Amino acid sequence: MAKRIDVKDLDIYYGDFKAVEGVTMTVEPRSVTAFIGPSGCGKSTVLRTLNRMHEVIPGGRVHGSVMLDDQDLYASSMDPVAVRRTVGMVFQRPNPFPTMSIRDNVAAGLKLNGIKKKSTLDDVVEKSLRGANLWTEVKDRLDKPGAGLSGGQQQRLCIARAIAVNPQVLLMDEPCSALDPISTLAIEDLINDLKSEYTIVIVTHNMQQAARVSDQTAFFNLKATGEPGRLVEVGDTPRIFSNPTEKATEDYISGRFG
Amino acid sequence: MSTSITGRSAVDELPGPDGRSPLAGDRAGTGRLGDRLFGGAATASGLLVIALVTLVGVFLVAQAIPALQANQANFLTSREWATAGTSPRFGIVDLLWATVVTSVIAMAIAVPLGVAIALFITQYAPTWLSRPAAATIDLLAAVPSIVFGFWGLTIAGQYFEPVAGVIDAALGWIPFFAESEGGPSAKSTLAFAGVILAIMVLPIVTAISREVFAQVPTAHKEGALALGATQWEMIRTAVLPFGKPGVISAAMLGLGRALGETLAVTILLSALNDGAPFSSSIFNGGATFASKIALGIQEANTATSTGALIAAGLVLFVLTFVVNAIARVVIERRKAFSE
Repeated sequence: MAKRIDVKDLDIYYGDFKAVEGVTMTVEPRSVTAFIGPSGCGKSTVLRTLNRMHEVIPGGRVHGSVMLDDQDLYASSMDPVAVRRTVGMVFQRPNPFPTMSIRDNVAAGLKLNGIKKKSTLDDVVEKSLRGANLWTEVKDRLDKPGAGLSGGQQQRLCIARAIAVNPQVLLMDEPCSALDPISTLAIEDLINDLKSEYTIVIVTHNMQQAARVSDQTAFFNLKATGEPGRLVEVGDTPRIFSNPTEKATEDYISGRFG
Repeated sequence: MSTSITGRSAVDELPGPDGRSPLAGDRAGTGRLGDRLFGGAATASGLLVIALVTLVGVFLVAQAIPALQANQANFLTSREWATAGTSPRFGIVDLLWATVVTSVIAMAIAVPLGVAIALFITQYAPTWLSRPAAATIDLLAAVPSIVFGFWGLTIAGQYFEPVAGVIDAALGWIPFFAESEGGPSAKSTLAFAGVILAIMVLPIVTAISREVFAQVPTAHKEGALALGATQWEMIRTAVLPFGKPGVISAAMLGLGRALGETLAVTILLSALNDGAPFSSSIFNGGATFASKIALGIQEANTATSTGALIAAGLVLFVLTFVVNAIARVVIERRKAFSE
């Protein structure tokens, strides 16, 4: 059920400001693609265009196309709400709904889809929490507030919430940047498990993480200060880390800047 | 928003940067002169508030007791109000009814409307519109209550006549909504007083709701949107639950104003005739605690008649207190889910 993403000549704007220019790349189904690059180079911005969350920000708009298999995400007939139900997202800081229990957090997306039957909800809650490697830790306190969990557990809860609606693609925006190393490891293991079912795109500041979890790596950088961000190069992760084509990629990976 | 009538504000629900509640007093005092002076002044201010509330309570009780002892009727259940002479008879049941009915009508209108306006300003309105809209609502709060009363009596009241007719035609089979033959004109009824109170309460409810809705973290809103929520679903999933304690605070603050509002209600409501049978209709006249005291105070020339009014004031005091206590319980009960 995982789908392939084709991005073509994508320009991303905030109002009149062009933030990212000319991104063209392909993400294969059932693979992990990592976006790396210095701060402010537009990797999160690109990620957010893949489920049309970019346009939530006032003035946010794009030129170019993003195809999910043969569906154009930016076709005028495409409902952004439908896009977001197909392309799930996990954010930088764990953001479980603070007023909801663990169970309700996971079921939130299903309830939005109008599914109310308790047995169905219970099944999906268990399946999603198992899928997020959280079930054994929370199965006895499903009615407790989600915000009472540790940071790493909260992030896995958010992943469970995202996969509960059966998305085709899972986007992760620096999912481990607010977590300790142990929790980070748990999330990375989880990404490896999820890869068999979902297309995953992850933004990370941590190059070791990109090397550990991803099949494909995309390096973004600013053309120059004040210029829009751009995709410098994309390729199989081992090649990008051992033998990059572009000088900028090599400089960034070897720690010469960024 | 620094405080609220419930003693809790939405700000209390937000953890500080280090995750501690902002109300938790820190131990930063250094024992230097400046610290001690300011700490002392702040403590004194805190104590002053407690002392004032206590003194008001003690004053009301002390003044009310002699009149209550002289009362020949049951203070809580009697509908009479005859405080002259040697055997006074007075009770508050009519006042309580009128006060509660007008306030409930006011809240029933003002809370949904205020929340809707706050949602519009914070979630829907474009930036160029949200500021002027908020300022206009705030301006409503600056209009003196006598103006609202006068406006209601001379201008708005006549337009309420057909509205009352419609309500009576649709829901008149319920006694609560029935217009009675020979009743007061629509603008002098509890229903219309409630409407005017709603307009007066609206800016309070709106302003506080707007504050809490504006504080909903973007992360929660985006979390809902990323699950495929529509804007309204996002509001229901992320904004309203987060804002709920604040909205309750806002409603209670507004209710406090509605319960105690005097001038507008006094000039609007037509008094009941002595001995008129009790009517449960909102299209009836009456007097609230506050309007009764306002009208009665000029004629209160004996200790008993003054004491009777003060006793009525005491009940209003207790009523407001109970309302706040209930609000607090409601907010506390959900506390585990809002931190």
